[in-house]
Amino acid sequence: MARVLINLPRTARRGEVIEIRTLIQHVMETGYRPRADGSVAPRDIITHFACLYNNEEVFAAELAPAIAANPFLSFSLVAAESGILAFTWTGDNGFEQTETRSLTVT
Amino acid sequence: MSSPSLSRSGIERRALGAGLLAVVLARPARADRPGLREAVLGFTGGAEPAEAGVTLDIPPLVENGNTVPVTIAVESPMTDAEHVLRIALFNERNPQPHVVTARLGPRAGRARLSTRMRLATSQRLVAVAEMSDGSFRAANADVIVTLAACVEG
Repeated sequence: MARVLINLPRTARRGEVIEIRTLIQHVMETGYRPRADGSVAPRDIITHFACLYNNEEVFAAELAPAIAANPFLSFSLVAAESGILAFTWTGDNGFEQTETRSLTVT
Repeated sequence: MSSPSLSRSGIERRALGAGLLAVVLARPARADRPGLREAVLGFTGGAEPAEAGVTLDIPPLVENGNTVPVTIAVESPMTDAEHVLRIALFNERNPQPHVVTARLGPRAGRARLSTRMRLATSQRLVAVAEMSDGSFRAANADVIVTLAACVEG
């Protein structure tokens, strides 16, 4: 399991726009970099990120090799109701990781 | 006495020249990638994006191309009637034109996206936003890179 950092407020007022920052540990090997023996390291990147808010997608992103290692993504959403935020990263070589955080809306 | 060192420096000069030539010859190897304009038009479906309403925030001078913070913000009320559907970022001179495409909607509240990207060399970047009325807006930025990504072994 890759290490993940997710930064979001625990509580928010109804209708408030909150900012979410996510970072996941990943090499994001581009597929263009030569190794010491001259061969090219095969591509190994995270290709897709999605954020589900009570099982409804609020933000998703397709990533290319041009995204830096340990991909950082920051976005926002409207705090509509208390619930669960699920963050899923999927990528090459069957990489898939999901993290959940709860959000209390007052 | 001085002739051996003279001839050695001549050899070194020739080797350096051959090395530079090899670098120059090796560069066009990635010229087969689609250009920046083709990539943008591929995203918009051929429509010409309007140069307004999008802010592309990236440092104009970058010391390390391996991780460059970039923020894209689109002017939009983000209501059910009027919001941003997608935001994409394209580059001019990396091995591939695509950087990131984000899908969002009225539940995002703000049309704003931050990430960190790689830059292979000094180049131009274009951010394109697809609005809910089917129109496209864009912004571009020129970046100078002093230490490139994708080169170290």
